Amino acid sequence: MQLPASVGDSERTNPLDLDALIGCFASSACVVTQTTSGLIIGMLLFLVAVGLTLIFGVLKIVNFSHGAFYMFGAYFALTGYQLTGSFTLAMLCGAVGTAVIGLIFERVFISRVYGRDVLMQLLVCYAFVLIFDDTVKLIWGPEFKSMGMPDAFRVPPWFIAGGIVPPFYVLLIAVALAVAALLGIGLARSRLGKVIRAAAQNPDMVSSLGINTAVIYGSVFALGCGLAGLAGALAAPVRSMTPGMGFSVLIESFIVTVIGGMGSILGALIGALLIGLIRSFGSLGFPLFTDGLMYLFMVIILVARPTGLFGKDVA
Amino acid sequence: MSEVRAETSVVTRSTDSARPRPWYFDILISIVAFAILVTLPMLFTSKALPDFVIRCAAFGLFATSLNLLVGYTGMISFGHGMFFGLGAYGFGLLMQRADVSIPTAIVCTLLISAVAAVVIGAICVRLKEIYFAFVTLAFQMLIHSVILSWQPLTGGDQGLRGGIKRPVFWGIDLSNHTHLYIFSCALLVIGLLLMRQIAQSPFGYTLRMIRDNPVRASFIGINVWRAKLTVFVLAAIFASVGGIIMSLFVSGAYPEFAYWTISGEGIFINMLGGVTTFLGPMVGTVLLLILNDTATRLTEHYGLVLGVVILFFALGLRKGLMDFVVDWLQSRRESSKGRHS
Repeated sequence: MQLPASVGDSERTNPLDLDALIGCFASSACVVTQTTSGLIIGMLLFLVAVGLTLIFGVLKIVNFSHGAFYMFGAYFALTGYQLTGSFTLAMLCGAVGTAVIGLIFERVFISRVYGRDVLMQLLVCYAFVLIFDDTVKLIWGPEFKSMGMPDAFRVPPWFIAGGIVPPFYVLLIAVALAVAALLGIGLARSRLGKVIRAAAQNPDMVSSLGINTAVIYGSVFALGCGLAGLAGALAAPVRSMTPGMGFSVLIESFIVTVIGGMGSILGALIGALLIGLIRSFGSLGFPLFTDGLMYLFMVIILVARPTGLFGKDVA
Repeated sequence: MSEVRAETSVVTRSTDSARPRPWYFDILISIVAFAILVTLPMLFTSKALPDFVIRCAAFGLFATSLNLLVGYTGMISFGHGMFFGLGAYGFGLLMQRADVSIPTAIVCTLLISAVAAVVIGAICVRLKEIYFAFVTLAFQMLIHSVILSWQPLTGGDQGLRGGIKRPVFWGIDLSNHTHLYIFSCALLVIGLLLMRQIAQSPFGYTLRMIRDNPVRASFIGINVWRAKLTVFVLAAIFASVGGIIMSLFVSGAYPEFAYWTISGEGIFINMLGGVTTFLGPMVGTVLLLILNDTATRLTEHYGLVLGVVILFFALGLRKGLMDFVVDWLQSRRESSKGRHS
């Protein structure tokens, strides 16, 4: 494979470090460590991507500003943690705060572009990417921020088969899996889930049966944004924050939905885990081409299966 | 098949304008426009004016080429800026690393962009609108991340520095600011003229048909995929001409040229000027650059200002500036017709 960075001064930055990758597979400790870090990347991506896919499935809108809600979640959690000192409250702050902003955003702006062409929807969201990023810069300042690990999780990491697993990672994975299970079961079994699925299929019929579709749309949008906010809040202790941090997450979660198939929750989960693992193991073998590896994987999936792994109607 | 194409084009053209124009009309307009642009700096002594026109040339070519995709074919590319960046970096690198003349470097850069566009387009153009938008955006981010990480070649986040050599060719010395100005204007006018020819050709009307009804177009026997790929590659070539002008202007290339916001601005320029007229994106470019310069002079919160203006246009006006002009002309023509009869 021809890698772009393999030409220049290969002494200083070696882009292809396959020995490290093979060496890692030889030791169970390294495999466990890399898998956990891949899982947390994947789980965070899943929380963002599932909101994106849910909003698209029901509202037929691609929320281009979805990454900004991830950013809001992280900053809200930071402020919540500084004010209360409790990480649980900080997480709630991130999730609920972004859900409220999402609801207002949907009611005031997004509801005006339902059914309009994609160009308009993209433009409105693009405008809000700019506005939200600058708002965060105004409130929290342009510099990098970090929240630090909450005290409750400042404990020695667990060792599984020799690999390091910090307890916070376990919490993160557990929360994301719980959300996945709740969403999956809720949509499949509960009455509200059935109404949401019906609204995705035929909103006119649903509203003529006496169900307020505006409420459904608003709550689905708020739920999606709240999940992105939860992801941001969960990421706050392990990642640094900066205005504009949401954009790369948006691109990655869109890649996840393309791989998994738009509108499929299971697809979002599988796609997110695949991308997470590719990123964590890829950073060993191809340190400079980790992003490229992800795009390459997306291209392979698109060429082989244009609808994504679990999607129906794309091309 | 060619007969059908010719027929549709005749029908649409007759509704497009009241009178058929002679074939040399566009060339005449181009020559006049070029003459005006060249005399501008002589009339106004302001130093900022030539710089402004050069930037307009770079972004105008980029935005008009995007309009070939968005307005004429209905393909909303959100990654068109990658070809702008490829043009800037390709040209800058060729001039710095390979000892070639400027025309050779330009031709090679356009070839590189065309090849990249064929590969990326072959993957993307099959996809439906929103998928097309995001997958092109993903490719743009891929190219941006390659530029950032391939530090030995591209200089990483510092950009291409150390200036670009400008050997004299055909008596043109691009290190002279006046020469650079006239050269940029010439590229702009030639580029616009060529794109106008593409838009008004039978192929251009095929593109409009694909935009309006792709299923019907394919029933008639048009290879939709091939037509879309062709226009994708053509648009990429013109966008990278814009990138070349930009890299000559700043004497280097920066990762921001390949960042997604360039594509976002391109889309907004099209919206601002209007996608229904050929010159709409050009008008939009001038407006955005004026807005840009005013906003950055007055405030640090450029994104906030730009975002509000975009919202005003997208939700309030819902049309580009040139669309209003066209509507106004139309209504005037109709009312005068009514008076005569």
